[in-house]
Amino acid sequence: MSETMHTLDASGLNCPLPILRTKKALAPLDRGEILEVISTDPGSVKDLSSFCKETGHELLSSEAAEGKFVFQIRKA
Amino acid sequence: MSNTAQILASPESDWDAWFDRRFDEKMAERQAAHVPSMTIIATKGTLDMAYPPFILASTAAALGWEVSIFFTFYGLSLLKKELDLKVTPLGNPAMPMKMPEGPGWIRGKEIPVPTSLMSLVPGFQGMATSMMRKTMDNKGIARIEELRAACIEAEVKLVACQMTVDLFDYAKEQFIDEVHEWVGAASFLPRAMKADVNLFV
Repeated sequence: MSETMHTLDASGLNCPLPILRTKKALAPLDRGEILEVISTDPGSVKDLSSFCKETGHELLSSEAAEGKFVFQIRKA
Repeated sequence: MSNTAQILASPESDWDAWFDRRFDEKMAERQAAHVPSMTIIATKGTLDMAYPPFILASTAAALGWEVSIFFTFYGLSLLKKELDLKVTPLGNPAMPMKMPEGPGWIRGKEIPVPTSLMSLVPGFQGMATSMMRKTMDNKGIARIEELRAACIEAEVKLVACQMTVDLFDYAKEQFIDEVHEWVGAASFLPRAMKADVNLFV
């Protein structure tokens, strides 16, 4: 993929900050651009999925690795 | 033949099928165009009880909802320019009293004294507040100031109760400029009636 990847590191932040930061980070992006979000909050797994469902952004992937959660979101 | 003429010429069972289909389509259209809304009534002014309204409001705003919070009684202090929120273990038996730091034998362990008894110690409220703040910072919990700023940025309407200002002899200058309006119950209720979610905190 040729798209530039934007990254948001929300490690160490707790509910609802990962969601609020994600929303903020998505705002300046163009439609179709991808944001990678990294978090350590276990609650963010379900919450980010719910956030995407509610706002129409596409959750491309959601993975857990070494105590961190990595999400890829395509802006709607 | 026009669409309507076709339907009128068809047997009645087809009308029903047509209506059901159109009804579903219309409802889905309506639902897609609907912006969810939420109203919250915030009545408490302690550090712990400041969290639910600001967390829910900022998150709902992030989901694209329209949100208003009506701050009344002690909740009004959450709109002060200078936030000096405290938490008390008094009357709060479920509050875990754990040392956020210190040597291993004490850190993270529950203090085995009832909160009602602890609260009798002079200055205990201040200590409990700083313990709570420390624990929150350690766990990456947002400061109330940050959540309030997030609400303001997301255009959550912060509505202040006029009666409370009069009751407690507050000056309006004590409150942040972002207060959307100063009103009473009769102004807030019609908005609450139209909202999808209403919460009392």
